[in-house]
Amino acid sequence: MFDRRLVSNFDWVLILTVLLLAGVGIANLYSATASWGAVATPLYLKQLLWLSGGVVIALIICLFDYRHLQHFAVHLYVISVVMLVYVLVLGKTSMGATRWINLGFFNLQPGEVIKVAIILLLARIFAETANPVGFGFFELWKPAVWILLPVGLILKEPDLGTAAMVVFIAGTMLLFAGLKRGTLIGLGLIGILTAIGGWFGLHDYQRARIRTFMNPEADPLGSGYHIIQSKIAVGSGGFWGKGYIQGSQSQLSFLPERHTDFAFSVFAEEWGFVGCFGLLFFYLFLIVWGLYIARRAADRFGLFLAVGVTAMIFWHIVVNLGMVIGLLPVVGVPLPLFSYGGTSMVTTMIGVGLLMNVSMRRFMF
Amino acid sequence: MGLDLRWKELPVVQRRFLIYSVAAAMIFLLLLLRLWYLQIISYEVLQERSVRNRTRVLALDAPRGPIYDRNGILLVDNRPSFQISVMRQDVEDRDALFKRLAPLLGTNIEGLEARWQEGKRFPVYRPVVLAEDVSRDVMETVQEHSVELPGILTEVRPVRDYLEHGSAAHLIGYLGEVTETELQSDEFTDYRPGDSVGKTALERTFDSYLRGAKGRKLVEVDVQGKLLRQLQVEPAYPGNKIYLTLDRGLQRAADEAFGDQSGAAIALDIKTGDILAMVSRPTFNPALFVRGIAGDEWKKLAQDPRHPLQNKVISGQYPPASTFKIVVALAALREGVVGTKRTIDCKGDFVIGGSRYRCWKKRGHGPTNLKKALRESCDVWFYNVGLELGIDKLSAAAKEFGLGSPVGYPLPGERSGVIPSQEWKRRYYNKPWYAGETVIASIGQGFVLSTPLQLAVMMATVANQGKVLKPQVIRRIEDWDGNVLVAPETEVIREVKYTPKVWKAVEDGLVAVVNEPHGTGHAAHLDDVVVAGKTGTSQVVRRKSDEEEELDDKGEIPYRLRPHALFVAYAPAEKPEIAVAVVVEHGQSGGRAAGPIAKAIIARYMADKKAALLEED
Repeated sequence: MFDRRLVSNFDWVLILTVLLLAGVGIANLYSATASWGAVATPLYLKQLLWLSGGVVIALIICLFDYRHLQHFAVHLYVISVVMLVYVLVLGKTSMGATRWINLGFFNLQPGEVIKVAIILLLARIFAETANPVGFGFFELWKPAVWILLPVGLILKEPDLGTAAMVVFIAGTMLLFAGLKRGTLIGLGLIGILTAIGGWFGLHDYQRARIRTFMNPEADPLGSGYHIIQSKIAVGSGGFWGKGYIQGSQSQLSFLPERHTDFAFSVFAEEWGFVGCFGLLFFYLFLIVWGLYIARRAADRFGLFLAVGVTAMIFWHIVVNLGMVIGLLPVVGVPLPLFSYGGTSMVTTMIGVGLLMNVSMRRFMF
Repeated sequence: MGLDLRWKELPVVQRRFLIYSVAAAMIFLLLLLRLWYLQIISYEVLQERSVRNRTRVLALDAPRGPIYDRNGILLVDNRPSFQISVMRQDVEDRDALFKRLAPLLGTNIEGLEARWQEGKRFPVYRPVVLAEDVSRDVMETVQEHSVELPGILTEVRPVRDYLEHGSAAHLIGYLGEVTETELQSDEFTDYRPGDSVGKTALERTFDSYLRGAKGRKLVEVDVQGKLLRQLQVEPAYPGNKIYLTLDRGLQRAADEAFGDQSGAAIALDIKTGDILAMVSRPTFNPALFVRGIAGDEWKKLAQDPRHPLQNKVISGQYPPASTFKIVVALAALREGVVGTKRTIDCKGDFVIGGSRYRCWKKRGHGPTNLKKALRESCDVWFYNVGLELGIDKLSAAAKEFGLGSPVGYPLPGERSGVIPSQEWKRRYYNKPWYAGETVIASIGQGFVLSTPLQLAVMMATVANQGKVLKPQVIRRIEDWDGNVLVAPETEVIREVKYTPKVWKAVEDGLVAVVNEPHGTGHAAHLDDVVVAGKTGTSQVVRRKSDEEEELDDKGEIPYRLRPHALFVAYAPAEKPEIAVAVVVEHGQSGGRAAGPIAKAIIARYMADKKAALLEED
């Protein structure tokens, strides 16, 4: 099973890009938490630990052929759905929203696991269904159920961000697999109708977030606070930035959640447009490289797997950045490799491991 | 597998890779455009908002403008005052802190706690004052213990320092904490709760000149408002310098001569109307008000029957008594009622309409002409002349001299006094005027009331032969670069017309009052200068009859029933410079109680002038 070609085909470009981005992220975390004073384990060190753990996980994923995963896709999917139901029930009993299962050392978030499970499952479905022209409604009802079941559960939690992520990832994979023209138009209409209907199904705080996104200045100290402070941080960075650990918005704590969802605002304030340009360049490079891996994949499963993982990373980046610079409502999506958090890091590194796996085995069939 | 490859190589699938890559790039470009919009186009706006986010402005108190006398001698200044404050953000264990601090300050913990609670309405970056104006010893002790007192600051603030204590306090006025109503008005936009503002007299009226411009300390705060560091300091500018018309030497002499008696004294420069000295007794120390006067102290001042807070020079209304005879004499001469030669025989009383009006001298003055009538203050002579003149002519003449209406004192609180007339009585009492009322008005009693300031203005008008001058308090106001902002000019309110002969006749009488035998004002006599003056002794209550005199155990009239003593004067008689009016409340005799005070003021004025002349040579 292990082959010398694997080593020679090891995707250094991918792993170096990931390590570069994660390294900048950790340096940024150091700055974002510089004002916290003495803590037993500083967050940037914890994040470094998560990154190391993530790299190990990615390498382990590389050890076996990704094609074996086809057989476990359904199992993983079922386990994720069961966990989602469990979390829902738990949430009901312990008041308010619960999104994780406490494993003692780690809070496992079924919402993260389901993203990977959906990618695997859809990759398998699209790989197994030969359809050069494009899918129609008739072939789609099965995948639609697979997707909408967990999405419904996640919305119930409620976690709008994760639900949107799953829909975006699945949609991206679906579009790549190809749709008949009529189906495409039909799905588009359904999407629009769902969005309109969904507004009424939203929780009050979710609606407030969307209203705030439309007009944050209406409630500058309440629901608009996050986005206003983030825009001030980003904009006041200017062209060259205020300098490392020099951002007043970040260092004086005006910026909320600056180590998690708003980590990019800290970076933008301190490194300015120049820094943002560089960072976005490498993120885009990562996405394009992911698509490149998909294109070179040895089989359709690998191809869809790579497209799915790339879509996951892409949509996290776009939604998070769109959110912190005021283009999208604040939905609580972390920036991969950048925001502090073990869950996000592990999920991302699992995705990177899968990409590497596909990349390494591109000549093996 | 073959199927896989063929599907992938389809042009339509290959194109999807391209479309996806381009779409990703386009979306990233959109993000980048947004970043460009925020970081380049909106930079200035957002940069400014980030600065505003992190900075707060602390006001620095401006020292109030100093007040000088006419010669540049400092009367009111500022001194550094030490206060102990606490920075709330730096305190972790408040109980322990106050337990340690209270004995050092000599206060109790509850008091400190109350101050703390009060300070909570201000943002956390503003220190809360725990003790004001502590002694240097306390300040040093607190500084020595600063290690055990985290969060405690010792601060220095400028505080009003009244070098002359209660002297001229009624002219200068006092400060107090700005009120809510004041804060809402446009005049006090720079002020914040807790600031001191002028409350009365000069400090109030010229507050805008005295307050100066507050400084600003720009500090950086974090999201909780905690003060992190100082960024920039714009110093405060002290208030402008006010030079009063007062002469400190003369003021001190007047204060000293007045002693502990109640009443008022004022000295005017008859050429300019400048107030050279102004005494209102009893007085108070304005320093009491600087840090907020304690309730019982305030009560004591406000309820004192001798009215220490009232400026009696401008708002004390007294019957002018015999000092009023000057105006009666002038008017009678002008109207031709009497000539200088006419004599009236004073037998000690005067009867009209069945009522008997006594002369102060029971035996009578015998045949009396104008000069004698003034010199010896013969009431009967004036009863006759006044009655012949009639109340309306008398009233008109008096009003010309500034009596019966405010004379234009530049600071608030001036009262108008009363000069009655037939029409006046009809209006206020809806009753006709009686001849007897003219009789007593002729000796400045009855309805007639005037303030010491009015009497001084009247005297100055007599001295300069007709010019009624607006009394001045401010000589000039200067900023710290020496620019003169305000310099009031001498203002002649009106000119009173009398022939030189008339002026001369009355002047002779007034000189005789002080300088001739039998003159009632001999107590004001000076050897080296001729003083012209007039005494007055005004009844507080009208005696019901001759016999009925209330006496106390010692055979004296009780204090509250004793007549007020008045003396008005100017000097030197031949070339007048200074006019003086003195009222000693319940001083019994104008000549004996008020005369010496007027004499002391004039003597000091002449001595200073002599000294100045010697210096010039």
